[in-house]
Amino acid sequence: MKELMLGNKAVARGLYEAGCAFVSSYPGTPSTEITEEAVKYDEIYCEWAPNEKVAMEAAFGACLAGKRAFCAMKHVGLNVAADPLYTMSYTGVNAGMVIGVADDAGMHSSQNEQDSRHHAIASKVPMLEPSDSAEALEFAKIAYELSEEYDTPVLLKMCTRVAHSQSIVEPGQRRESSKSYEKNIAKYVMMPGNAIRRHPFVEERMEKLRDYAEHSPLNRVETGDSGIGIITSSTSYQYVKEVFGNDASVLKLGIANPLPVDLIRDFAGKVDTLYVVEELDPIIETHVRSLGLDVKGKELLPICGEFSQNLVAKALGREISESASIDEPIPPRPPVMCSGCPHRGLFYTLKKLGCTVLGDIGCYTLGAVAPLSSIEMTLCMGASISAAHGFNKALGAESEGKTVAVIGDSTFMHSGMTGLANIAYNQSNSTVIILDNSITGMTGHQQNPTTGYNIKGDPAGKINLEALCAAMGFESVQVVDPYRLDECERVIKEELAKEIPSVIISRRPCALLKYVKHSAPLRVDPDKCRSCKSCMKIGCPSISMKPDANGTVKACVDATQCVGCGVCQQLCPFDAFESCGKGE
Amino acid sequence: MQNQKTKNIMIVGVGGQGSLLASKLLGHLLLAQGYDVKVSEVHGMSQRGGSVVTYVRFGDRVYSPIIDEGEADYIVSFELLEAARWMKFLRAGGKIVTNTQQIDPMPVITGAAAYPENLVQKMQEKGADVDAMDCLSLANEAGSSKAVNLVLLGRLSHYFEDIPEEAWEEAIESCVPAKFLELNKKAFALGKAGA
Repeated sequence: MKELMLGNKAVARGLYEAGCAFVSSYPGTPSTEITEEAVKYDEIYCEWAPNEKVAMEAAFGACLAGKRAFCAMKHVGLNVAADPLYTMSYTGVNAGMVIGVADDAGMHSSQNEQDSRHHAIASKVPMLEPSDSAEALEFAKIAYELSEEYDTPVLLKMCTRVAHSQSIVEPGQRRESSKSYEKNIAKYVMMPGNAIRRHPFVEERMEKLRDYAEHSPLNRVETGDSGIGIITSSTSYQYVKEVFGNDASVLKLGIANPLPVDLIRDFAGKVDTLYVVEELDPIIETHVRSLGLDVKGKELLPICGEFSQNLVAKALGREISESASIDEPIPPRPPVMCSGCPHRGLFYTLKKLGCTVLGDIGCYTLGAVAPLSSIEMTLCMGASISAAHGFNKALGAESEGKTVAVIGDSTFMHSGMTGLANIAYNQSNSTVIILDNSITGMTGHQQNPTTGYNIKGDPAGKINLEALCAAMGFESVQVVDPYRLDECERVIKEELAKEIPSVIISRRPCALLKYVKHSAPLRVDPDKCRSCKSCMKIGCPSISMKPDANGTVKACVDATQCVGCGVCQQLCPFDAFESCGKGE
Repeated sequence: MQNQKTKNIMIVGVGGQGSLLASKLLGHLLLAQGYDVKVSEVHGMSQRGGSVVTYVRFGDRVYSPIIDEGEADYIVSFELLEAARWMKFLRAGGKIVTNTQQIDPMPVITGAAAYPENLVQKMQEKGADVDAMDCLSLANEAGSSKAVNLVLLGRLSHYFEDIPEEAWEEAIESCVPAKFLELNKKAFALGKAGA
């Protein structure tokens, strides 16, 4: 029966049908829903791991034990998991092992725009690249067959527009598949004597996979007008077909690594002008040029940003539709911290105290946005803590009394602990603030090792942050409620003044969590409001300045958005905010 | 340059306004009508109160999952400024169905920018066919401010003459939890009837 299915859900369906029995992932947009959908199948054990490296190693362990295994991550997550990936290429697999990686061209929700195909090439691991949901399902199944046939992990590359688009699929049946574990030291213990013998195997395997790529149905020619020939893949294929239909011949590559040689030469020989249309880096194009073929690619199409049908049409000299717009500028609507977000009060305090704030990856990265404009650096998962250590070692007393690292609970579990160990060990006088909102927020509320619940919402192990910091040797660990501005200010001042490393835990659950009970919305008494705009310093989307009946501009609360957190109330010198009544 | 038979609907609004249910319902409806369908959503950071867009495309054979400038047959907007922001995606002769509700974006809240006035008129002056109505009031009349999405879909259904009423009803019944079914059906009917 035909079904409209999200690309990521289709991958999960493919895992199910392929007999996959183990999934371990760390959430990351746009990969998260693969694991959230896989957990709905009772036949698949699923978990959130603390980070992508742990997830991939856990999945490897399961594949070694004889179960078909999977892990999912976003493009930058593959950097974290690169270490096991590059050597798993040498060990190969027992049961099939597939790694889902989702790129984010256009950076809808990412800190960079890297092209994960580079990792496939560098690690010498095959990579499949679906272009819609039906292919996502099918390719996931084929990936397991290739994994076992060629003794290799297989990368399944998604991108935002394939992962987060729904298109039609026809689900099939599950086929169970497992192997027995057999001890094999020469294959699985990668010390020099063994790895030296595995490397030639890897090179031979890539040659065999190149042969496969020449004839695989995953790479196909769609013959149209022979004047224009376009080599393309993934979502770019959809834009090419949208623009050209049958007005061009298309070589659609479903295997991103290794790339075929004869198939491309043969295709190039049958068309007048050859183009490569690929998002991000010119990987297919460079390969085509290395074959001595004349091709047009990145001189017409950008490396930066994502493509669309109009972009492809314009670059390749086709007309696009006319459009109209109003004349005056439209104010942008950037993402903001939600009403009642526990991060708001903390960042307001850090700004008020003039702190240098080194930030991390999560919703709280929005602490860099006006009017809070507090965070001064965000690099990658965990970098806040390690960089604060380096910053303070470099500047000493000049920065120690005013520099803080801020990191969320999930990000801290992902890669913050090792940075904290460095502070504990090498003793920089650094202050680390863990923003504990009891969930992985940005990716849409996933549990993590500090929440006490597993991926199904069942009770699980719970890491105690205070005890962990104490065990590392931190003598000063304080917990604050970020809704209480006076308390935040006092504790941050105290910890910055101390000449020892310290940790502050800013603890309050995310305001969007279903179990969080909110107070009644606030309202402004217009007789008390003096239009001083003190309440506007926190960037709350519920508060704005509106003209009252007399035309005087006064603070005004949107009761449909306000959750009564009371942070604005603490800022008002005239006591103008009052409660509308009972909360939930 | 799109495939002529493909129809394009954009659903735009502010992150958190409930556009995912609207696209789910449209996808369900159009699949049941026998069309090839693609729906593209936005997840992640943009959902945090930012400008969000969902693309719904249907026809004999749909390739691109997204809609580009000058291509949308309909723009369904949960918020007035968002209708104006995405207007350049409307094709000549396309229609904008919009809620007149205004939600200030952060640059307006901080005073760095002003919320443009008379947006419906300005869009009409540029050739857009705009059907604007106070969907929030109609949603409240139906029983919940959260039913704005069904009010908008009701209004949109008014323009889809070849899709029977029962098909919309079936889609609503399949996509909305039973507990909220009557409320949502009422919101849909109020939207369809218009302001």
